[in-house]
Amino acid sequence: MSAVGGLGVQPRRFGGPRDRLDAFAGRHRSISLILGMALVGALLPLIVLLPPFNSFQGQASWVDGFTNAGVFVLLALGLNLVVGVAGLLDLGYAAFFAIGAYTYAYGASPFSGLEIPFWPMLLVGAFVAAVFGILLGAPTLRLRGDYLAIVTLGFGEIVPIVFLNSDTYTQGTNGIGGIYKPSILGYDFTLTNPWPFYIVMVALVALAMAFCYRLIESRLGRAWDAIREDELAAASNGINTVTAKLLAFALGASTAGIAGVFNASKLTLVSPDQFLFVVSFTVLAMVVLGGMGNVWGVAIGAFVIYTIQSVVLKQLNTFFDRTGIPILRDIDFIQLQFLLYGIALVAMMLFRPEGLFPNSRRKRELRARATAGDDALAVPAETAEGLE
Amino acid sequence: MSDAPPPERLLDVTAVTRRFGGLVAVNGIDFTIKPGSIVSLIGPNGAGKTTFFNVLAGVMEPTAGSVVFRGRQMVARPRRVGLESVLWVLPATVVGGLAAGLAGLGVIRDQRIIALLALVAMGLLIAMLLLAIVRPTWYSELLGRMGIFRSARPNDMVAAGIGRTFQNIRLFKNMSAVENVLVGMHARLHSNLIDALFATGRAKREEEAAERKASDLLHLVGLTGMDNELAKNLPYGDQRRLEIARALASEPALLLLDEPAAGMNPRETQDLIKLISRLRRDLGLTILLIEHDMKVVMGISDRVTVLDHGEKIAEGTPEEVRRDPRVIEAYLGTPAA
Repeated sequence: MSAVGGLGVQPRRFGGPRDRLDAFAGRHRSISLILGMALVGALLPLIVLLPPFNSFQGQASWVDGFTNAGVFVLLALGLNLVVGVAGLLDLGYAAFFAIGAYTYAYGASPFSGLEIPFWPMLLVGAFVAAVFGILLGAPTLRLRGDYLAIVTLGFGEIVPIVFLNSDTYTQGTNGIGGIYKPSILGYDFTLTNPWPFYIVMVALVALAMAFCYRLIESRLGRAWDAIREDELAAASNGINTVTAKLLAFALGASTAGIAGVFNASKLTLVSPDQFLFVVSFTVLAMVVLGGMGNVWGVAIGAFVIYTIQSVVLKQLNTFFDRTGIPILRDIDFIQLQFLLYGIALVAMMLFRPEGLFPNSRRKRELRARATAGDDALAVPAETAEGLE
Repeated sequence: MSDAPPPERLLDVTAVTRRFGGLVAVNGIDFTIKPGSIVSLIGPNGAGKTTFFNVLAGVMEPTAGSVVFRGRQMVARPRRVGLESVLWVLPATVVGGLAAGLAGLGVIRDQRIIALLALVAMGLLIAMLLLAIVRPTWYSELLGRMGIFRSARPNDMVAAGIGRTFQNIRLFKNMSAVENVLVGMHARLHSNLIDALFATGRAKREEEAAERKASDLLHLVGLTGMDNELAKNLPYGDQRRLEIARALASEPALLLLDEPAAGMNPRETQDLIKLISRLRRDLGLTILLIEHDMKVVMGISDRVTVLDHGEKIAEGTPEEVRRDPRVIEAYLGTPAA
């Protein structure tokens, strides 16, 4: 019908290259996702050679910055499973990041005397963090919403403090230094060359995203969706809510564990002050701003926020220092970052609660809650259910 | 515990009592359901119907009494549940305590042995966790061996074959109709974490079959072609039907319907009565319903049980119950003398 074209709907061109590409992407989600990430990974270092990006810093610094941003993308992807998909508010997520990092520090540093290679340690770090995720989750699963958030907040505080105070085993504030860097096929990663770390990080992010998509679309992902919408109904439809929530905690934690191992090997130093509440908060802000529940949204959110925070704010300082405008010159924009976060979060909650790149289902939920006040009130009614 | 299932009884409830503080919501109710029958539970408001229903659905543990379904003990007064935490904590505490004690007394001086013992203690705890998560059946077997009995939770009831709907519709509102049914199928699907992560062929085949079956179920309850409609956008009557389809997805032997006709107009009620009779005829389901609408109750029930003030006051065919003086009294009060 001609009306179709008039409505702005693309008429289907069967067999066209675009069509075939879409069909391929639909059938092979993971392959196209990994190819997409490879493309992004190849383009990013080239883009920074163009103005205005090349005026900020050199390509090597950019690539190094992208690698650090990748750590936060991994963290955001993991936290997204817990907060965005399963709907469990976790305010102490940095604890698992710390556990992953210290695991690698024990596995490969002069301090412990062990020298386990980096690659298996990625899995070990993921496993150890997952175990702690379950240990935290198991006693707290009966808690809902606010209460769970408080317990996770406490856990997030306890872990760095334990690392800080058990001097004998962690060297306290000094942290564990001299951690070995990865090497592959006899090639050793170095501090001066950011490229190997960058490539590994692009690969890790691509894998994490592919796994996230598969999880979300699986039977387990459906169970998480159901639990987030209505826990009692989920249980009454055969979902073991305890196991499903523990798995969300464990998988989220294991992603943070991998990020921790990577970060420790890149910095060659772990110390408790790398894992303060600020990290948990930043990652949560990334998830919320990016769009809870949406894998790409969360990844882009984390990447953009980290880049703004680590590059743009720093550059604003030097820029205004050079111009010498009286008040602006004296402002330290890096110190303002949490003010900016706060403003961004408040604005987001007011105007676009679903985030920049929302998950369609999550968007419906949040919009429904915002418009229908009675809906929001109906949620705690489940306690009354049993009492007739 | 594993007596041969008496063929004439699908569900066997014995002396179920549930107290809320001083209030006895349900008091010593005995109740059985024959396979293939439609049984109604009626009673004035506050009679204890929903509490009883929640006990059957595993949402609430009774203060006393037991529920046996298909010959399997599902609910009973908790026995030795305190031992469960002991099972978790004791082995780890013994090993950890031993390490601390021996180190304190100076028996062991080698730090490495102490660290090893601490790791073993940690490992014991983690092993229990992994057992409980990865092999829940082995875990419950272990609990059974120790004489610990824990009443079934809602998901255990579904796994055993009891499906339910809710009085105030509790669909997953922001999911499509077919996704709601797929959630209901959860207990009958077997793809696990590994299948999900590596997108195994098994998981794909299972998922495709599940989607076809979900479509069929929607067709069965009269929601043909509504597959991708969001649950919250469906009309009220259709939402009730969708809840039934979701409950059917778990392939129950017994379907618990909590006021399925509430808020329906006469036409929708008629359709519902037809649907319920069809479910019994075509799927061989046994159905227990709580209902206020006497047209529904009297129209399709084989047996009716009447509760009042938490006690069973009458039981029998709809005709018998209708004429029972105690029932008339409960509903209408005593005639003026």
